[in-house]
Amino acid sequence: MNKTVTLAQGNGGEENNELITKVFYKAFKNEILEKSEDAAVIEDGKFAFSTDSFTVSPIFFPGSDIGKLSICGTCNDLAMMGAKPKYLTVGIIIEEGFSIKNLEKIVRSMKKELEINGAIIVSGDTKVMPKGTIDKILINTTGIGEILYSGISSNSITEDDTILVSRDIGCHGATIFASREGIELDSELKSDCASLFPIVKKLIDAGVNITALRDATRGGVAAVLNEWAKQSDICIEVDEESIPVSQEVYGMCEMLGFEATALANEGTFCLAIKKEDGQKAIEILKEFNLDATTIAKVTSKHPQKVILNSSYGTQRFLDTPSGELLPRIC
Amino acid sequence: MELKLNNLYDDFRDGQTIQAYQKLIEQEAKKISRDINIMEVCGGHTHTIMKFGLPQLMPKNIHFIHGPGCPVCIMPKERIDHAYALAMQEEVILVTLGDMIKVPGSNGSLQNARAKGADVRFVYSPMECIKIAKENPDKKIIFFAIGFETTTPMTAALLNAVVKKNITNIYFHINHVTVPEVMKELIDSRDEHIDSYNNRIDAFLGPSHVSVISGAKIYEIFAKEYKRPVVVTGFEPVDMMEGIYKIVKQFVEGRCENEIQYNRVVTYDGNIKAQELINKYFDKASLFKWRGLGNVPNSGLKLKDEFTKYDAEIIYEKILPKHEIEDHKLCICGDILRGMAHPTECTIFGTACKPSSPVGSCMVSSEGACAAYFKYGNII
Repeated sequence: MNKTVTLAQGNGGEENNELITKVFYKAFKNEILEKSEDAAVIEDGKFAFSTDSFTVSPIFFPGSDIGKLSICGTCNDLAMMGAKPKYLTVGIIIEEGFSIKNLEKIVRSMKKELEINGAIIVSGDTKVMPKGTIDKILINTTGIGEILYSGISSNSITEDDTILVSRDIGCHGATIFASREGIELDSELKSDCASLFPIVKKLIDAGVNITALRDATRGGVAAVLNEWAKQSDICIEVDEESIPVSQEVYGMCEMLGFEATALANEGTFCLAIKKEDGQKAIEILKEFNLDATTIAKVTSKHPQKVILNSSYGTQRFLDTPSGELLPRIC
Repeated sequence: MELKLNNLYDDFRDGQTIQAYQKLIEQEAKKISRDINIMEVCGGHTHTIMKFGLPQLMPKNIHFIHGPGCPVCIMPKERIDHAYALAMQEEVILVTLGDMIKVPGSNGSLQNARAKGADVRFVYSPMECIKIAKENPDKKIIFFAIGFETTTPMTAALLNAVVKKNITNIYFHINHVTVPEVMKELIDSRDEHIDSYNNRIDAFLGPSHVSVISGAKIYEIFAKEYKRPVVVTGFEPVDMMEGIYKIVKQFVEGRCENEIQYNRVVTYDGNIKAQELINKYFDKASLFKWRGLGNVPNSGLKLKDEFTKYDAEIIYEKILPKHEIEDHKLCICGDILRGMAHPTECTIFGTACKPSSPVGSCMVSSEGACAAYFKYGNII
């Protein structure tokens, strides 16, 4: 590992995992943390508990802003453990000179998103830093949720499960990339940023047999599937043609040399569902987004690996995204 | 008819078309008793071959040799150390293209320089430098220019704008290289470890975005004098299958020609305006050192004498490190690039040498042969 921290170590992929394992797990190791789930399950499975920090540039982007993102992020982590988000704390670090109007705008979109989740902020903290010492605004949220459906775990996926995705992938990553410095791109793209609890609740209420859920944030769908393959010691075989990708995202990937599966999402999740409930789950997901579909099956071909099957009979590995997202040269 | 984005690639990835070409290639390959080793020179082709699993579709007597056409991979550590040294200058904003910033030099990569406080930026178009220069009038913007014929016109266009608009804070560090010279080197040269006069390259898939600029004419010599068939081929899997089919056909019919498969964008003469722009600002450099291959005569470009005042390599001569850095002893990139070895035959492949800590050139970018093998695996 490097002697100094690089941006690549915050990518949600391989370098990020290395940093977490070698620095943080080494110090904080315990049974709950080691399960490496989206949220920790505590108090004999009664509650889910999770934290997330948010930094994004630009802070307002098509489809969302850092405020909405900060609520969705933590609430989604709770929802992915079958929990109803209830109580959140928020810590905001603001750069000197930040506009109050923009701050109010951010807080308003936080409020709106809290209502969607039925959660409330119960404690908070504010710090202001001298100009130039941070980039505009950083938000941390921590949340507790009440587990409505227990036993969800990324460690227990088997060949009896089928793998689904809740909508077309990569919109958030592509939107942020298109609006960043140095990439002059006009597009109609919008971030997928959204709260997932309403969808999860509907799945639970319908009695769908859920094995695992994970929102495909940094590192995208590729990172989720690889984590699942490793944690459950299974092989995941993806049908390449079935992965839903919008024309805008696909076009951008083509131009810049990215893979949609490696792009971040903020309102898209992968599901491992017992085969017999697969169709039922898809029908519910389609009420929210018509692109929801089955993308993969679980096999024993190459344990701990994700394989992409093409429509013309070739296979390759889909690995955990690594490095910083950089456009190809020519 | 309205042209949609997906018209540009959907049909070129069609599974049935790919399978149809697979059958054609198989039928033709049966007619020849020999093996054919096809070098795809360009890293973009290597990437397509591995990403779409094309080796799995080839008959037993058709093989790929992965060439040196990845501009990031072939950059020697000395040049990366230059970029690093320039970036560490307080008054400098170092600008470069895409994944150049992750290639490690002897002090680390430009990413590491950035982590230490250097102002390093990547752009998609070099013209962005003008905006950066305007926003930072007290800084010196150095464009670390890399790439083959494909990206050279963009650097020339930036220099053209700098000269015309009389912008005084943009400089250049030139690392542009040219394809035909290194193709010659691969056939002509001799590796120290093995007798590569007896190299195994039988035919070339010609780099086609290079030819969009320079035309297909630059490969004429390989068909005529070196007796290697060339097919200038596009980057989608259907393109590549057709290109391979055309090569096999040439062997079956006993032809040795320079053909164009990618005729929707490539012409024989190329983009004359872009060529003029390049010739206006650049001269051939007598030598350029390629990582993994060593010095290749006439394969680099440099700014013409009248533009040396924009040349960061001259202006910053005193701070740029000069010592030569040898390639790692265990690295066999040179052999891989000459078609004498496969990535998996390397003793440090996937162990000491990985994409996150590359030892040799082929592991550096996803377009390098070793990195493509590592990333996509070799399942069948």
